[in-house]
Amino acid sequence: MSEGIGARVLRKEDKRFITGKGRYTDDIIEPNQAYAAFVRSPHAHAKVNGIDASAALAMDGVVDVLNGHQLTGDGIGNIICGWGVTSKDGTPMNMGAWSALATDTVRYVGDAVAVVIADSKEIAKLAAESVVVDYETLPVVVGSVEALADGAPQIHENAPGNLIFDWEIGNKEPTDAALASAEHIVEMDIVNNRLAPNPMEPRSAIATFNESEDHYTLYTTSQNPHVARLVLSAFYNVAPEHKLRVIAPDVGGGFGSKIYIYPEEITCLWASMKTNRSVKWTSDRTEAFLTDAHGRDHVTHATMGLDKNHKIVGLKVNTKANLGAYMSLFSSATPTYLYATLLSGQYNIENVYADVQGVYTNTVPVDAYRGAGRPEASFVMERMMETAARQLGVDPAELRLKNFVKEFPHQTPVIMAYDSGDFAANQKQAMDAADYKGFEKRRAEAAKRGKLRGIGFSNYIEACGIAPSAAVGSLGAGVGLWESAEVRVNPVGTIEILTGSHSHGQGHETTFTQIVAERFGLPTENISIVHGDTDKVQFGMGTYGSRSGAVGMSAIVKAMDKVEAKVKKIGAHVLEASEDDIIIEDGAVKVKGTDKQMLWHEVGLAAYTAHNIPEGMEPGLKESAFYDPSNFTFPAGCYICEVEVDPETGVTKIIQFTASDDFGTIINPMIVEGQVHGGLAQGIGQAMFEGVVYDPDGQQLSASYMDYCMPRADDVPMYQVMHQSTECPGNPLGMKGCGEAGAIGSPPAVINAITDAIGNNNLNMPATPSAVWAALQEASKQAAE
Amino acid sequence: MTKITMTVNGKAASADVSDNTLLVEYIREHLRLTGTHVGCDTSQCGACVVHVNGQAMKSCTMLAAAAEGAEVTTVEGLAASKDDLHPMQLAFKENHGLQCGFCTPGMIMTATDMVKRYQEAGKELTEDAIRHELEGNICRCTGYHNIVKSIQDGASKMTTA
Repeated sequence: MSEGIGARVLRKEDKRFITGKGRYTDDIIEPNQAYAAFVRSPHAHAKVNGIDASAALAMDGVVDVLNGHQLTGDGIGNIICGWGVTSKDGTPMNMGAWSALATDTVRYVGDAVAVVIADSKEIAKLAAESVVVDYETLPVVVGSVEALADGAPQIHENAPGNLIFDWEIGNKEPTDAALASAEHIVEMDIVNNRLAPNPMEPRSAIATFNESEDHYTLYTTSQNPHVARLVLSAFYNVAPEHKLRVIAPDVGGGFGSKIYIYPEEITCLWASMKTNRSVKWTSDRTEAFLTDAHGRDHVTHATMGLDKNHKIVGLKVNTKANLGAYMSLFSSATPTYLYATLLSGQYNIENVYADVQGVYTNTVPVDAYRGAGRPEASFVMERMMETAARQLGVDPAELRLKNFVKEFPHQTPVIMAYDSGDFAANQKQAMDAADYKGFEKRRAEAAKRGKLRGIGFSNYIEACGIAPSAAVGSLGAGVGLWESAEVRVNPVGTIEILTGSHSHGQGHETTFTQIVAERFGLPTENISIVHGDTDKVQFGMGTYGSRSGAVGMSAIVKAMDKVEAKVKKIGAHVLEASEDDIIIEDGAVKVKGTDKQMLWHEVGLAAYTAHNIPEGMEPGLKESAFYDPSNFTFPAGCYICEVEVDPETGVTKIIQFTASDDFGTIINPMIVEGQVHGGLAQGIGQAMFEGVVYDPDGQQLSASYMDYCMPRADDVPMYQVMHQSTECPGNPLGMKGCGEAGAIGSPPAVINAITDAIGNNNLNMPATPSAVWAALQEASKQAAE
Repeated sequence: MTKITMTVNGKAASADVSDNTLLVEYIREHLRLTGTHVGCDTSQCGACVVHVNGQAMKSCTMLAAAAEGAEVTTVEGLAASKDDLHPMQLAFKENHGLQCGFCTPGMIMTATDMVKRYQEAGKELTEDAIRHELEGNICRCTGYHNIVKSIQDGASKMTTA
């Protein structure tokens, strides 16, 4: 069986995970390891008048208790936001200071004010409870709309009215004019619920300061260890980069929440230096709810205009984005450039305008979570489309079909230039698979059983494979978003691929080897992947934004191009042939049309012995490359959800979920399908189960698995996942990203289906049984009136 | 402190532990069997499932001292030998039933117990039954689709094994 591109190769990484031999950060124990426990604010907003750690310091086994004044006094820098967003009036965003340990003010429940370092986890936790903090509580605000209201509590001095930025995109006047003259207007208030990412492995860090070498090592649960090292070094002043090694070993899921460099990792590094001990911290689940960056939390008002032929003439959107108490690393980009740039959806719309207010509140910082802005955009667009179809009394599939972008490249009014796609093909594939034609019959049959059956579409498009460095730089990004790779052919012909991408479930150890196997005709067992260690791998940008295929693998391809060129030169020299006649296939270097060949390991050996290589050629066979993408990639698809609602209880069951995606070239269908399955479950989770809930005092009421409803196996169906692809012209393998699509496309399909079933379009996420039941009551009340 | 003695993966294990040591802490931190994971603090996620006297048990809900004298099997001890895989482990690999791998040991330990109970009772392990039985195991990566398929396949492999 082929192990190359397109093969369903079983995963190389599985054996260690199924036998319990994975190595996650918390599995590691350093000699002389101490444990950190954080003293966290129980108040959402308070002044800190004093910290009395005397009782903790007196406890046996307590090494030290450290606070924010000591941390800032040692020159540890404030936590940064890596993307500057400029407001409508040209001013930069208003960003408040965020110290890893709060000094004078705490701004959300869970904000750390001190850390206890102790000989054991138990002692550290007990001691942390004995630290007495004198808090003077301040008024609290948790919602973005409330935070923008007159008289709202002021959270950061330099963000008046809690407004971080007031940003816009698109053309306001033409959009207003188009809406004013539109035949039909669709107007909606749309809330995108706040979510907690919840990778199953909680965050963890072990920091070790080696005094004799003035060197630090950090094991951490990171999606991007090099970025972590850069930020820890250049901005937080923990250590210079060459004196800091960051290792992200096996990481148990990320979904965005492990992109960021959090207060705890900074504090562990600094505390290791202060105490001269290895310092370990592992989050418990409640701590994860209180400190891992949350996702979504948008309040939106949208207006769409259509002409008499049902062509969309304009779309205007206002969104208030809750960014929490501090600005996390990509928090400013998520509700702006990763959101509003997708508001044209799959549709040819001449006029789009959006403005977004980023707002401080007394809640956990909000940042990118699987999809990051694009689920919010697709939810707005696809709820609007379904609502428009209902308002106009037309088939929702027909309305979409009529408005699709059909020619590529297509420049939208909101920056993005779609490069490829065939939206109608995905829609047809999904409709056929879901038996859309037979739906009304199924609805009638369900009605006989007393059940309400509904169907909903979502035709999402997203932009991923982030991103061209110069382009994102011009939009405010503080980093370039290229990727690096190194291809090392060993003297015996085996190959190591060193990559700046990081796998935390995506299966890179398998898919990355497949593209090498394909290129050189080698078995995948002769190829291994090295990642996640800044001492081993050159600088790379890491894994997020569905970039490891389109960007990470492209860097490998570029490095393989260089290896291939050198191999051909060596082959031509040894085999005494013209370089043009050299081909590489089946693990051998051959002279076309002859039986002359060198086996792959003979080429490796020739390169390293250097006894007989072309004159002037450097010995060895190792090449590296940096790949900067020329554009985003634009995965798109059609999702159809079919549900049945029990009107007595409001309980909704997903009967069928059909997904047709366009991901361009697929390296390993098994892994791509798995990515879609997981994304769909997270999107269904958002639509039906999940939601972070705060009370008015800023206490998180949903900070455990007793209270936050994670989708369980019996909450979700078997999914019908299929592909109908167009090649991406922007990268050498023709790939589009697949990691986030499921989470981006699915929530509107679910809500469109449920609202179709219950006959009430007014339904927020999560559509829990009580929410659905209430919407049903509202519908029957309206019907009676 | 309490002295505890039990059999873990077929080997005698004995230690002095503090009275409040959880079984999962004993397994991970004293025995250094780190395949058993901790994913929550309210006994919902199931990443810590082991077998105690042949029954699936969340090792975070149980004191180490309560396992005195017990036969404990962790994911490291599931296969017949170190060169071998248990049929359920193989099924998870063959059906792409795992991604990040963190929930996987708990899933596999729950799955083997589930299949054994159904097979011993002569009951059919339907897709609905599998999903219902997985109530206590949370996965964030796979959307459960391939976990369900893995368990169906593992069940048939366990019958023929």
